[in-house]
Amino acid sequence: MTTPDYRLTQLETLEAESIHMIREVVAELERPVLLFSGGKDSIVMLELARKAFAPARIPFPVMHVDTGLNFPEVLEFRDKRVAELGVQLVVASVPDAIAAGTVKEEPNGSRNRIQTPVLLDAVEEHGFTALFGGARRDEDKARAKERAFSFRDEFGQWDPKSQRPELWDLYNGRIHLGESIRVFPLSNWTELDIWQYIAHEQIAIPPLYLAQEREVVERQGMLYAVNEFIRAREGEQVRRESVRYRTVGDANLTAAVPSTATTVDEVIAEIAVTRMTERGATRGDDKVSDAAMEDRKKEGYF
Amino acid sequence: MADSTPQPRIDQPVDVHSAAAEQAREIAVARKDILRIATAGSVDDGKSTLIGRLLYDSKAVFEDQYEAVERASAGGDYVNLALLTDGLRAEREQGITIDVAYRYFATPRRTFILADTPGHVQYTRNMVTGASTADLAIVLVDARKGMLEQSRRHAFLASLLRVPHLVVAVNKMDLVDWSEQTFEAIRDEFTAFAAKLDVPDLTVVPISALNGDNVVRRSERTPWYEGPSLLHHLEHVHVASDRNLVDVRFPVQYVIRPQSDAHHDFRGYAGTVASGVLRTGDEVQVLPSGLTTTIAGIDGPRGPVDEAFAPMAVTVRLADDLDVSRGDLICRPSNAPHVTQELDALVCWMTDEPLRPRQRLAVKHTTRSVRAVVKDVQYRLDVNTLHREPEAGELGLNDIGRVRLRATQPLFVDEYSRNRVTGRFILVDEATNATVGAGMLVPGS
Repeated sequence: MTTPDYRLTQLETLEAESIHMIREVVAELERPVLLFSGGKDSIVMLELARKAFAPARIPFPVMHVDTGLNFPEVLEFRDKRVAELGVQLVVASVPDAIAAGTVKEEPNGSRNRIQTPVLLDAVEEHGFTALFGGARRDEDKARAKERAFSFRDEFGQWDPKSQRPELWDLYNGRIHLGESIRVFPLSNWTELDIWQYIAHEQIAIPPLYLAQEREVVERQGMLYAVNEFIRAREGEQVRRESVRYRTVGDANLTAAVPSTATTVDEVIAEIAVTRMTERGATRGDDKVSDAAMEDRKKEGYF
Repeated sequence: MADSTPQPRIDQPVDVHSAAAEQAREIAVARKDILRIATAGSVDDGKSTLIGRLLYDSKAVFEDQYEAVERASAGGDYVNLALLTDGLRAEREQGITIDVAYRYFATPRRTFILADTPGHVQYTRNMVTGASTADLAIVLVDARKGMLEQSRRHAFLASLLRVPHLVVAVNKMDLVDWSEQTFEAIRDEFTAFAAKLDVPDLTVVPISALNGDNVVRRSERTPWYEGPSLLHHLEHVHVASDRNLVDVRFPVQYVIRPQSDAHHDFRGYAGTVASGVLRTGDEVQVLPSGLTTTIAGIDGPRGPVDEAFAPMAVTVRLADDLDVSRGDLICRPSNAPHVTQELDALVCWMTDEPLRPRQRLAVKHTTRSVRAVVKDVQYRLDVNTLHREPEAGELGLNDIGRVRLRATQPLFVDEYSRNRVTGRFILVDEATNATVGAGMLVPGS
């Protein structure tokens, strides 16, 4: 991608910045872990981690906070990718925590909030001090204000008003016992950057991200594909439509978008002309309140 | 802004085979570079409106975001674009802006990362943070008020951080009847001030962020203005030559030793090129040992590369088996940085407890972390008048001053004016672990 005038493209610049952060964490913090959901952002993050240490193996485990509400294609993808890279997979299970009584199911069926204590328990159990997350600042206004190295106290809480100044690329990963750093190597990437990188580097993704005909129901202005967790309710019509997933979260709450994009290049074309944010278009849980993300982060969410 | 649920709606699928979609894809994937921008200005200067305008007119604003803003600004003649950059609930409740927010937009020529720093009390700390990575700083001036103390302050901070390009956006030109004389007076005053600051590139643009004049397109209301629109300038400003491609500086970040059968003897030094161009076959010196060897190979993210330059993240292999670890630095034998424990720097102090002589702090400089003691606070700078105050003796929150530190171990440094990477460091409080200062190295006295 480079040219003789010693300039990098935006993808090369973002890639270098992310690799720098990932290496810095491994050099300075004792027990890092990478949060891997099998979604596109964490797939790109894992690929950057591979590049950061090649030809050595990725020197830290990956962790999946398993809500028990997964798309089967995504779980399959997760296991395949982890095996290919030879990294250790830690699963923090929300259903196990519900069974053990450490968290309670919420009445609306969303496990978005209750995954936070499960995450924090796993962090404590394994002694993780740095957690790589795939969050991007273009996703949400709370994220737009969070540092790339985000200090969290012993409860995993984010305090937006007392963030460490982050100057140049001199990241401060110092912590006391029990505290941790959330690290967001993709902070400066946009949704379109992620897709361009997937196309450029020919990175494998779960098939859910590409359009195919699925049985869907319309619910509160969004399309939900019928699956293990979503059944047509009384009065709802099941119809067949060509849809794809723009984000992949819990299978009971993630909406699909009408789409005819069956290749990564077509996805890029679609996003380039689309007029809705990815969370606004697909996440039932983020519409609840304007400050939903801000509140969840303060409780220790990513 | 009240919490509100967007109107339910399911969009028609985009026709990904249409000419429009194909064109959008081509523009999206076209070769671009990144321009990092820092903006400074107070709430009243119209900074949020300008950023909202840039985001909206470059189509970085999505419909659901725009509709939320439209609902929130109901009743007015204008959709309040300032609300697009509206922040957290904690900020709305208290009517303040926390810290630095990052925004992203792109045109067919460039992608932009904009660090939006508020102009209230914590301005110095915030602006220094936002400007630290910036290629270009935008300072907003209200045309009715002219150049204020804070405009000087913002320009000074940008020059202190050596942001290579400065743009003064003279806003609210509609409120001074598009007066050429008003604009010229502000431009001349600012140009005279900037001459004292060592600002290499200054551009002054008359705009109305509210109406969009000269923001994206040249306005018909300023026929006397012959310069580019703000966005045109951002798209075309030449930044490639801002980097130091002369002095080879490669701080070793991490040593890669696979210890696997396939790569039994592999030992690579991973890091980000600070400056200069590294090439396979080059003779190099490793600090602090001073030993010399040659570069056997360089691996980039996609395999071997012949050369590496800033800010590439690469892995360097050396011809000889030397003892090299994190914090060491690879350079050319004929062009090495200063190896010193004495640090003379302009320091921006960022915490309530003042910086005082004899204080002990942790220093992080490139990939090297050492401890240091404050030997002397030589003077504090009045950021409004640029006067030096040698009697100050300490630096308070948001103060900038010249400080001498002595480090426990040598660092490999260049002056910040020559090398923005090897000339900078942060100060960390070892008790709280907070980042408490930013330092830029100046020539020793």
